Order: sequence, then structure tokens, then C-alpha cells
Amino acid sequence: MATIELRQVEKRFGNHQAVKPLDLTINDGEFVVLLGPSGCGKTTTLRMISGLETVTGGSIYLGGRNVTWLHPSERDIAFVFQLFALYPHLTVRQNITFPLQAQGESQETIERRLAEVVRLLRIEHILDSRPGKLSGGDRQRVALARALVRRPAAFLMDEPLGALDAEFRESMRAEIKQLHIDQNATTVYVTHDQVEAMAMGDRIVVMSNAEIQQVGTPAEVYHDPANLFVAQFIGSPGMNLVKGHYIGGQVIMPGDNNRYNVPTDWVPALNRATGGDGDVIVGFRPEAAVAASDGELLGQVYATDMHGAYTVLHVNMNHDDIVHVRSNRRTTYPIGTPVRFNLNPQMVRFFDPVTGQAIRREVVQ
Amino acid sequence: MATFQETGPRTPVTTSIRVDKVRPGARLTRTIRAIVVVALALGGLIPVFAMGITAFKSRNAVVSVPPSLIPVPDGDRLRLEAAEARRQTGETSLAQHFFQPTLEGFVFLLTERAQAGPARAAQLAELRAEGELPLFDRVALNAGQEILGPSQYVGRLKNSIIIAGISTVASVVLGLFAAYAFSRFDIPGKDDLLFFILSTRMLPPVVVTIPLFLMYRTLGLHDTHFGMILLYTVFNLSFSVWLLKGFIDEIPREYEEAALVDGYSRLQAFFRIVLPQALTGIAATTVFCLIFAWNEYAFALMLTSEVARTAPPSIPTMLGRGGIEWAAIAAGTLGFLIPVVIVTFALRNYLLRGVTFGAIRQ
Repeated sequence: MATIELRQVEKRFGNHQAVKPLDLTINDGEFVVLLGPSGCGKTTTLRMISGLETVTGGSIYLGGRNVTWLHPSERDIAFVFQLFALYPHLTVRQNITFPLQAQGESQETIERRLAEVVRLLRIEHILDSRPGKLSGGDRQRVALARALVRRPAAFLMDEPLGALDAEFRESMRAEIKQLHIDQNATTVYVTHDQVEAMAMGDRIVVMSNAEIQQVGTPAEVYHDPANLFVAQFIGSPGMNLVKGHYIGGQVIMPGDNNRYNVPTDWVPALNRATGGDGDVIVGFRPEAAVAASDGELLGQVYATDMHGAYTVLHVNMNHDDIVHVRSNRRTTYPIGTPVRFNLNPQMVRFFDPVTGQAIRREVVQ
Repeated sequence: MATFQETGPRTPVTTSIRVDKVRPGARLTRTIRAIVVVALALGGLIPVFAMGITAFKSRNAVVSVPPSLIPVPDGDRLRLEAAEARRQTGETSLAQHFFQPTLEGFVFLLTERAQAGPARAAQLAELRAEGELPLFDRVALNAGQEILGPSQYVGRLKNSIIIAGISTVASVVLGLFAAYAFSRFDIPGKDDLLFFILSTRMLPPVVVTIPLFLMYRTLGLHDTHFGMILLYTVFNLSFSVWLLKGFIDEIPREYEEAALVDGYSRLQAFFRIVLPQALTGIAATTVFCLIFAWNEYAFALMLTSEVARTAPPSIPTMLGRGGIEWAAIAAGTLGFLIPVVIVTFALRNYLLRGVTFGAIRQ
């Protein structure tokens, strides 16, 4: 197992900057998820780590070894592809032992390792079938077996669940996570699905526009997004973001007389950021906004989504400022009626409307 | 909302209510289509059938009117005599179409013969009586001839096999590597190069025979095996590069990339992963290249004379010598078809998928 270190790694395709210079250190045994919308450079980053894509600049270290210009076969990594890339002309057994043959392992070792992974992934019964005959989940397991059998320094996975049915995806997600816990292998996992990222990652690297937006644990990126992009991208629906004007410990929000009293621990930070009088963006998760008859803020019900355990209200604070507010499932709110809600003071965040960056309570050194 | 929760969902529909959607007319249309296809195929096979039976006719049977169409086995004297009798009287019946198959055509095609003198003929007849005369000599003796040795045609058939075989292998192997490179790597001026390769086929090959003839004479390639192999390889290469590129484009890159991270070099990945999956395309390309090189007539006629002449320009020359040997020509043509038929048949499983030009995978 090994650490992976990217130093100022970048990729250009002609004039197109696919990945802007980025630094990232992935610790030994860590499960890191690269998350972002399609075209954000996450897959390119993964392919550069694997060596399938050359870097335009910067260097890559694998377990302290500079592998920047090594051939993929010399890097000691395993890659799980989105469409599995099982060799269609070989049986499952031949597919799994294929990488071991490259390493010139003895027949005895090959048999032993094969037996191990086959037992681990419970695929004994399909060893002699060809990949074309297998279900999506079995193909996924064979692809994982082919990666595991090598005992590589690191696993790279490119949306390995993207080709599976929704119901299957969830159980395979747990299976992969379980495997990771068993093997404690350094894993880099690419996905565009934020639910998957939250569920699986020890740390999440949120990418957009060819650069890293935030690196943090799932709780960090969820509760303390570094900027407006992360705030909107993580969570479904994303964070509510409302433009307002900060003055004297209050934020004037859209709508009739919507004055929000800023929690006291935020006042110094907002005074510092706005100079005591300036525009801010208030961000809060739907679950931080709870409908209550004595609520501080007021809006009109625009639509309601029943989620079973709770109901999400779309509340129109002013013309186009619609926020998501959670209410309990028993109370019904007819469309068009006024509704009052409170914000949980611990879950409110503020952003600078010009830079899009989060305003921090603590002074950043 | 409330009522829904109380009653629960209605019973789900578990049985299909789909009916058989084949129109009654569709079955008839399909039958008619099948009949038309079979009729066309049979029509197309008439010349092949004519050639096939002509190859086994004697000189007389070839030119008999009405034409003899039905071979009856050797020794079926009664039928043949009946046929002859009917022919004399001019009576129409099936029997007048009988003929006795013979290997005369093949013997005339493959051997040099001379009229056997009376003494020699008697000697051969004696050998035949003892059962020690080989098949071909017996056939020749029936026509009053003795075999001196193999004809020129045997050597030319050999030339055809060598030239077509080597040039096909060369153009498919070279084409495969070129196609792989064009398909997978960023080659400067790739599109221009591909267009240039294609442009070599943009005029009828015959147009360049005269310049080629002059070049070959100067370079000493005229009437050499190497010259013909080179020529056919180059002509087929453009075709095989384009055809194989289409097939290789269809193989997802992920397979090779998986092999690369699994610890294989690019060349190993090519041989172990790409090659097995490109077999369909390789088979189709092989057959097309072989057919071209095997059947090529104009260049062979112009650029070869004695040493490297192939079979196609040799067959018509038999029209000249001492009357038209229709049976020999038919035998030559029939024998000439067989290698291509065998190769096509051997590769038929790949071809069935291959002729769709890689449109269908797995």
C-alpha cells in the first residue's frame, strides 16, 4: 500500500486546460473520492495517476517513488473501468489471472490468489463463463477481483457503479466499501454522484472547472462548503443560497420585512468581511430551515414535495428567491399560503457574493 | 391523498396483454421474399453449374446439341446407348441429355500430351489391363494420347498460390499494424495520410499498367514473383488499412488500457487483447484481399511472361492451341474457384459478423 502525491499536476489538450495545476496528497489506506460534474477533470486526473494519460506538467509520487513518466504497467496500480473492460474473449478465470501472468507468478501462486479473491467476492460459480453472459453486478465483481488479485499499491476506480441499475448500485456500494475496509487499500474513486461520494469517501475532493474546489471529509464538504459551487453541488437539493444585505448584526433578506438576526458568533466575522455594511449570501441546508408558526422569516408556499418521512416546502421569499424548507409530514400547507420558518443558528453559513468564497468565523492565517 | 392511503394501490397488472403483432400478410410477404431470393441465387448459379458440368465432359459431349446436362456414372452403358439412339432419331426425351463424366478436361489442363503411336498405344493398353496405369494416363489413353509431363499451367497455378498467398498475408499484417496506429495514436497529419492511402484507389488500376510496366522493366521486377507480390500487397494495403481501421475503432480502448495497467506492454496488449477481438475484421479483410490477388488479370498479363505468370491470364490461352478445349478451360476455371471457396468457407463464422463491417458487436 502506498501514499499518492500529486504536485502541481496539470493537463492540457491543445488549448483546452483539462486540469489546472493541482496539489493533492492521498494517505496510505485512505478512500478518496474525486467528485464533480462531467467534464470537470476528475477522470483525467485519475488517468494521469494511472499513467494512461501523460501529464503536461507537475509530478506524481506513488509511495515516495516518482512515477510521473513510468508506463502504466510499471506503476503497480489497478484500474477499475466504468464499463468494466473485462476481456470478452477470455473466461472469468482467465480474466482474473491475466494480471498475475504478466507478473510471471508461478502456477501455484496464481491458483492460491485466484481462490482467495474468488471466495472474497463469492464468484466461484461463474469462473468458467465469459463476461458477455454475466449480469452487471457479476461483471462488477469480476472487475474488482481482477484488480484485487494483484495486491497493487493503489486502486483507481472510474465510476465503477455508473453502469449498474439503481437498486444494485446501493448494494455494490456497500460491498466496495466493505472490501476497502478489509483490504485497507489506498483507493481513488471517481464519481459524479454526490450521494455515492458522501457514502463512501474518507475524504472528498470536489472538482469543477478543471480545479479542486474543496478537499475534506464528507461532513466538512456538507456542512462547511468552501464556496458557492460546493454548497450547491453537495446535497439534494443543494444548500439554499439567498442574497441579502448585512448591516448592524442583521441581514436584510428578500421579501416583506425579512430581517434575519445573525447568530452572535458570526457577527465579528461578518463585520470584518463586509466592513459592517455590505452584501452577503446566506446559505442554509433545507433541514436547517424548519417551518414554525413563530418563525423569524416569511415566505409563500410555492410547491410541496412529499418525501415520506418529511415534506420539503418550496418557499418563495420574494419574486424568484425560492428556498427549500423542511416541515413535518402531518401539517399540510396549501400552495400560496404564507409560511413562517426559523433557521438553525448552528447551520447557517455566509458567502462573499463577489468571490463566491465562504466567510469563515475564525481568522484564516 | 387520504383515500389513496386507505385503499392502497390497486392490484398490479402481472400478465401481459400484448397480442402477437405479426400481421397475417407479413408471413406471406416473407415467403415471397424467400422465393425471390432463392430464384435469384439459382439464376446466379447457372453459369457456375454450366462450368461445373462442362469441366467433366468429353470433347464430343461439350459441343453436342441439344446440350447434355445430366451426368450418369461410368459403366451405365444402357442409358448412354439409349441417349445416343434418341439423339440419332431426333426424338425428344430426357435421355438425350445424359452424358458420361470424364476427367479429360483436367488431364488436358494439367499435362503435356502427344499422340501415342500404335506400338506405344498397345504397350499402354497392356499396362492398363494389368491395372498399373495411373488414372490420368488411362484417361489420356482413351483419347489416344500419352502423357509426357505436367503442363505449364501447373507451374502457373503454383505462381498464383505463392503470389496471392504471400501478398494477402503481407497486406493484412501490414494493414493491421497501420490501422491500429491510425486508430489509437495521434499521428501528425493523420487525416491527410488516410486520405492519401484511400486516393490510391481512386482510379482504375488498369490505367497505371503501362507506367508500371516501364518501371518494372527498368527495376528488373518484370516477370518476378517479388514484383507481383509487391504490387498486389500495395494495391490491397489501402483497402486493408481502411477496413481494419473500422474494425479496430469498434474495439473500446478500455480493453487495452486495462491490459496496460495489468502489467502488459503496448505490444503485448495488442497481441493478447486487440488481436483476438479483431479476428472478425481480419478474416473479412483476408478474404477480400485474397479474392483480389487471386483473380487479378490485367497486371498479371502485362507484367509477367514466363517465370511469374499466374493462372488467370493462362486459362484463356488454351483457346488457341489446336481447337478450343472447352473442357480444359472449364476445368481450369473450376479448379481456380476452389481455393477462394475453401478459404471463405473456413472463415465463414467470422465473415457472417464481419461483412456487417463491425456494425454489430458481441
